[in-house]
Amino acid sequence: MVAEERLRRTMMFVPGNNPAMVKDAGIFGADSIMFDLEDAVSITEKDAARYLVYEALKTVDYGNAELVVRINGLDTPFYENDIKAMVKANIDVIRLPKVESAEMIKELEQLVESAEKEFGREVGSTHLMAAIESAQGVVNANEIAAASDRMIGIALSAEDYTTDMKTHRYPDGQELLYARNVILHAARAAGIAAFDTVFTNLDDTEGFYRETRLIHQLGFDGKSLINPRQIAMVNEVYQPTAKEILNAQNVIAAIEEARRKGSGVIAMNGQMVDRPVVLRAERVMRLAKANNLVDSEGNYIEK
Amino acid sequence: MKNKVNREIPDEILASTGYKPFESVEYGHQVNQRVAPKVQATTGPNKVVESIDKIVEETVRDGMTISFHHHFREGDFVFNMVMRSIIDHGLKDLTLAPSSLTNVMNDIVVEAIEKGVVTNITSSGMRGSLGDVVSHGALKNPVIFRSHGGRARAIENGDIKIDVAFLGVPNADEMGNANGMNGETAFGSLGYALMDAQYANTLVLITDDLKPYPNTPASIKQTQVDYVVKVDKVGDPDKIGSGATRFTKDPKELQIAKMVNDVIIHSPYFKEGFSFQTGSGGAALAVTRFLRQAMLDNHITASFALGGITKPTIDLLEEGLVKKIMDVQDFDKGAAFSMKSNPNQQEIDASWYADPANKGAMVDKLDVAILSALEIDTKFNVNVMSGSDGVIRGAIGGHQDAATAKLTIISAPLVRGRIATIVPDVTTVITPGDSIDVVVTEIGLAINPKRTDLIEALSKVPGLPIYTIEELQERAQKIVGTPEPLQFTDRVVALAEYRDGTLIDVIKQVKD
Repeated sequence: MVAEERLRRTMMFVPGNNPAMVKDAGIFGADSIMFDLEDAVSITEKDAARYLVYEALKTVDYGNAELVVRINGLDTPFYENDIKAMVKANIDVIRLPKVESAEMIKELEQLVESAEKEFGREVGSTHLMAAIESAQGVVNANEIAAASDRMIGIALSAEDYTTDMKTHRYPDGQELLYARNVILHAARAAGIAAFDTVFTNLDDTEGFYRETRLIHQLGFDGKSLINPRQIAMVNEVYQPTAKEILNAQNVIAAIEEARRKGSGVIAMNGQMVDRPVVLRAERVMRLAKANNLVDSEGNYIEK
Repeated sequence: MKNKVNREIPDEILASTGYKPFESVEYGHQVNQRVAPKVQATTGPNKVVESIDKIVEETVRDGMTISFHHHFREGDFVFNMVMRSIIDHGLKDLTLAPSSLTNVMNDIVVEAIEKGVVTNITSSGMRGSLGDVVSHGALKNPVIFRSHGGRARAIENGDIKIDVAFLGVPNADEMGNANGMNGETAFGSLGYALMDAQYANTLVLITDDLKPYPNTPASIKQTQVDYVVKVDKVGDPDKIGSGATRFTKDPKELQIAKMVNDVIIHSPYFKEGFSFQTGSGGAALAVTRFLRQAMLDNHITASFALGGITKPTIDLLEEGLVKKIMDVQDFDKGAAFSMKSNPNQQEIDASWYADPANKGAMVDKLDVAILSALEIDTKFNVNVMSGSDGVIRGAIGGHQDAATAKLTIISAPLVRGRIATIVPDVTTVITPGDSIDVVVTEIGLAINPKRTDLIEALSKVPGLPIYTIEELQERAQKIVGTPEPLQFTDRVVALAEYRDGTLIDVIKQVKD
């Protein structure tokens, strides 16, 4: 893995045609903000939304959030202009909807690369992600996830997927179990992030928590969200316990200790600390910091 | 000359009005002589009069000061009935001195101004068409805006000398014993009207519900009342207070409310027995809910909640999280109707609430105040009076008074639409920056640099985004740009008093 892996617990959808929401999208602490040019935008507003998001990306300070845009699909007349405008606006990630094959990602990659060259942007600096919305997409998830070095993640989009599967969403999520696991494995095998689908009933707080706990347990990086009010709830589910934080601190102290001694072997309580333990400890500390559970020096804050 | 908040006060205004320029938020221990009203002894069997016209003929003369309260808010019928009669009787040169003016009163005040019936106004504020005509110079003399505490002080010391007070009440007996908490048109606390009841030379009660004598509890007592007028309806119950208060779902308001709550609970004032005042806006109500959870989590109760009261605060009282509610007015039905059944929901008058020239007001004991703003500037001065177009569209209310709390938090969005809320200089200074401690916006907060203790305490809170006020102002400017300066004529159309009776700012006529 290259640079420090970033937290992607929350990917907040923002309709690309809503100026007030586009302007305020940065204030809620979402790890990723996804401006939507696709389903949220009616056919008559496609150009207006593209301009609006372009200008917002050029003007508004979104802090440290990763900026994602969901472009229109490659079977639409908006696809190529969406790519050009968003590459020019320096978007972090382009999310392609309804991906069913690695070829679709490869085609997108070529268009992104030529846009990067056209607008003087460093080639390779625009990342990609794919939304899996059909049985075909789930079946091909492995090749999609590995289709490009630019890929940072794949996401399940359950509304279209359940329709394709001749079912609909149920409270217990059994109908998504296979897709979720396939997507998660494809993502992990390719070393990229896995995002769970949106939960649309804003009044069902209990259902939202239940689903979020499930996908956290499975191992998803995070979840797509339709409302800023869901951010705190996801962060709460992903927040490490005091015990996990203290353990992670011990692991990190052991790493420091080994480094100071120039030892290649990291030991804690007389046991060797191997790489997965180190990685998990680092992730716990990132989550603890993001949830304000530790101070700037990494000390746990007693509640 | 420029006063202490750097506002240019024209010398001729100071000379013609005798005002002193604003100096300080500290009132000190001044000694004031209060005035007493004229009292005409009454011995008859009852005081009931059949018509408003008859009372107007009998009591009002050219040049007098007449007063009203605004507890019926947007459901008020009394103001319009009385003013109609006054205009139709051809009276002239009156001074209108209500506790405030709501939108439902606008049209008839505009008419009274145009016909020369009203030539002076003092009020907490004004909005809509009335604010517009006054800002365009319709009124002969400048309006005087006073806070609720400032009005109480001005009535007590004779700056406002009420000749006739017309007070609408939801119930009264034939001798004038009345309260605000019973009946179909109940509005709860009579807080502001109690000043008029105590100090007016002539007191006329107007009610649609005559109760058997003696009517109790009596917030206004027969010893104060000259006449009781029975009318068909004093107000529209559906417009007196908003209905059931709904918790905001606006994510930006929630974001602000959560941050306000974070400031409160990490301040030195959040401890057993603390006190607070919140407003009635969406964010303020959300603060009440966050605060409730924080009080439960930390096993802390509040000794009192103060000011304008809403149902969520009543809920805290009934849950035992707040011991007393000190209630000067009620913003919604839930608060209005609970007063009669909650002995710990204490009605207080405006003087007890907020008068600086008192032997102690409730605001002096207030720990935390959460207030709103139209504009805040980089000196932390707050404007709640004039809009971004320079037109009067607000009210001081208790803003200046509650801002003297130990921790005063302004909650406001960084920008509203295309208008910056945090600006280099506010259009009108209403509450001086010296009494403001923290400004909370959706992107982060700024702490008054004079509050080094708060800076230290809040800087330790991880994840609390603290900026300087200048940084917030620059962020706002970056989003909406720099507006053209407003254009005003030299004519002063309104004077803004500080709560101590000094002049904090003037409002000039807008140039079109």
